[in-house]
Amino acid sequence: MELNMSLDKIIIDAFENNSIELITTVPCKQLSGVIAELETRESMIHVPANKEDEGMGICAGAFMGGKRSAIIMQNTAIGVTINTLVTLTQFYRLPLPMLISYRGELGEPVACQVEMAVHTKALLDQLGIPTYHFHKPEDVHEIDEILKYTFMANKPVAILTDATFWKGE
Amino acid sequence: MIRSEIIKNLVPVLSGELVVCNIGLPSQEMHLFGDQPSNFYMLGTMGLSSSIGLGLALAQDKTVVAIDGDGSVLTNLGTLPTIANNECDNFILLIIDNGSYGSTGDQPTYAGKKTSLAAVASACGCDNVVECQAEEAVSVMEAAIASKKMTIIVCKCASGNIPVPVITLDPVVIRHRFMQSIEA
Repeated sequence: MELNMSLDKIIIDAFENNSIELITTVPCKQLSGVIAELETRESMIHVPANKEDEGMGICAGAFMGGKRSAIIMQNTAIGVTINTLVTLTQFYRLPLPMLISYRGELGEPVACQVEMAVHTKALLDQLGIPTYHFHKPEDVHEIDEILKYTFMANKPVAILTDATFWKGE
Repeated sequence: MIRSEIIKNLVPVLSGELVVCNIGLPSQEMHLFGDQPSNFYMLGTMGLSSSIGLGLALAQDKTVVAIDGDGSVLTNLGTLPTIANNECDNFILLIIDNGSYGSTGDQPTYAGKKTSLAAVASACGCDNVVECQAEEAVSVMEAAIASKKMTIIVCKCASGNIPVPVITLDPVVIRHRFMQSIEA
């Protein structure tokens, strides 16, 4: 729990330090701590979305309006957002950090989550989306460089965070 | 009156405003009748005009007008609660409601049958919802811009289209000149 709290803080600190000012979220149990940490920051507008493609639209508008934006969502959302990623985020060359809970990996209690997990990396690869996989807690220290890379490249970039990472062992 | 006439009539009122134009014919008509750098043309991604407009309005202070359609709002119906609960007084959503999917061959939408998008917007918590007829679009839009209050306009009109050319501008060019006009 203690380590989890610090992972949440490290991640949101990195968003803040990279001048991200608007974050849209669709919740996942695995992301509840990071969303709660986001809620404590006055420097960032938190816009909960009803669906992830809607969230990506909000992020696109916010970026064009001068605020760096990001989305926090579950990997099941890759299935929901392929058209938006391709025809909005990539077509207009918009940067979009995507902090994604990678459900259906080791430690997963819900069988159905595995069905999307087995397609997650293949879909991201097919879409040409740079993808980073956080499996161990120390992987979190790459987040600052990943965010800098995202805004340098003007691309959507995926950060997959699995249960082992969040468990902190 | 059909959508293309509403858009043509709105061109002077929207001059210099930040306008997010819905995919397909609404973008093509705005481009034909009133192209300006502060128009953001959606070349894809049906349903997200209102979401892009909301994000834009949340991020900066200038007035944002998102032009949407009944079919596109029905595709992204979750947008209305998000708009209602993230109120920003520089945001105007214009839903041109012709009761049909105009860009795809005028197939009927549920908004042209039993569903009232104005009632849906109100039920979602939007405070200033105005339903009007096509002939009133210009005066209602002028009033909404002057009010400095977040406003949802549902403008009813007849179904039908005129031939308009597709937009061949590169998306990066659209984005670049749009962002430059925001910074100006």
